Amino acid sequence: MVDIPDKNLLAPGHRGCAGCGASIAVKLALNALGENTVAISATGCLEVMTTPYPETAWEVPFIHVAFENSGAVASGVESALRIQGKDDVNVVAFGGDGGTVDIGLQSLSGAMERGHNMTYICYDNEAYMNTGIQRSGATPFGATTTTSPMGSASFGEDKPKKNMPMIMAAHGIPYVATASIAYPEDFVKKVKKAAETKGAAYIHLQQPCTTGWGFSSDRTIEMGRLAVETGSWILYEIENGKFDITYRPEERKPVKEYLAPQKRFRHLSDELIEKIQKYVDAECAELGL
Amino acid sequence: MVNIGCVITTPGSSKNNKTGSWRTFKPILDKEKCIDCDNCIVFCPDSSVNKQHDIDYDYCKGCGICAHECPSDAIEMVKE
Ligand SMILES: Cc1ncc(C[n+]2csc(CCOP(=O)(O)OP(=O)(O)O)c2C)c(N)n1
Ligand code: SF4
Ligand code: SF4
Ligand code: SF4
Ligand SMILES: [Mg+2]
Repeated sequence: MVDIPDKNLLAPGHRGCAGCGASIAVKLALNALGENTVAISATGCLEVMTTPYPETAWEVPFIHVAFENSGAVASGVESALRIQGKDDVNVVAFGGDGGTVDIGLQSLSGAMERGHNMTYICYDNEAYMNTGIQRSGATPFGATTTTSPMGSASFGEDKPKKNMPMIMAAHGIPYVATASIAYPEDFVKKVKKAAETKGAAYIHLQQPCTTGWGFSSDRTIEMGRLAVETGSWILYEIENGKFDITYRPEERKPVKEYLAPQKRFRHLSDELIEKIQKYVDAECAELGL
Repeated sequence: MVNIGCVITTPGSSKNNKTGSWRTFKPILDKEKCIDCDNCIVFCPDSSVNKQHDIDYDYCKGCGICAHECPSDAIEMVKE
């Protein structure tokens, strides 16, 4: 299992929803990185819940930056530390899916291209949750959101999820991985690898959201597990160009088992579920799962 | 008084905010049944289960993840 620290580096008292997966993600990441860490976060649920002025849940130095700037500010922090000769400090940037795959994409791309010695973690809850569940480029096909609403004229989001980890891999950076909060050992191992990597590292973490996905607060981890067990979310890493699946479900479950418990997918017809199943099958075949 | 740059100088000061008051269900952990898997510690979103598996009710929001992920049914959710 995961090493349990004496002190959690994400303090309680934060304002995340009961059962919030983002706080589990960040707690695990910080505990894996340790105290010698500087964290940066774009605007989004994570920043809003952890730093309502004048309080903070962070036990390490933390800087909140504009929605689109996590990659740019992390670049500056890393450069400043390097110039001061402080090469041993972990620089970790967090961005939501909106802050990463949409508005923050260009600043992140620049940071990755320049090869800053940092770890960027996208905590992906598959919509703009903090502002009330608007679609992002990471929202999956079929999901209803407030800006891709299902109804008589629409079945919800009509585009597939943007393949962000592969966009990051195309930058040729030394480390790219996907992860899930439901597989903490796998995630923690990847965070440690990313921190040890000399240069830029990117982790795309799926993080179920009780409020935005519509499931009861006790099922956050179960949803993450179902995503992986159905092949809807695939755990892999690409280390210096070498691709490896890091977790293989013994037997892939039908995607319906993942979709059915979530309110955002509850309206889907059998035909649309079949379409999603085919899409997942193709993705699994392509990656060799 | 707002600091210049809205700098907050006390790490972990969110602990001033006792989120235990949000709870409608309370997790009760039976140490006799516990098999020390640590799932409840690892998965708690509110860092509210310590190494000895004591639950900190000052902050526990009663989400029920610990009970749901406990492999030996050692945690029961009871209405406040
Ligand atoms: C430039 C800019 N546009 C819009 C906003 C409003 N805004 C704040 S948080 C947010 C959504 C964040 O979504 P995501 O990055 O997915 O993080 P999440 O809240 O889902 O964790 C938006 C649109 C903003 N802060 N700045
Ligand atoms: S809306 Fe989702 S991501 Fe945001 S605090 Fe609530 S559970 Fe966490
Ligand atoms: S009910 Fe939720 S907040 Fe309370 S101890 Fe269990 S996991 Fe933590
Ligand atoms: S999840 Fe259950 S068995 Fe595991 S440590 Fe917690 S109480 Fe014990
Ligand atoms: Mg989001």
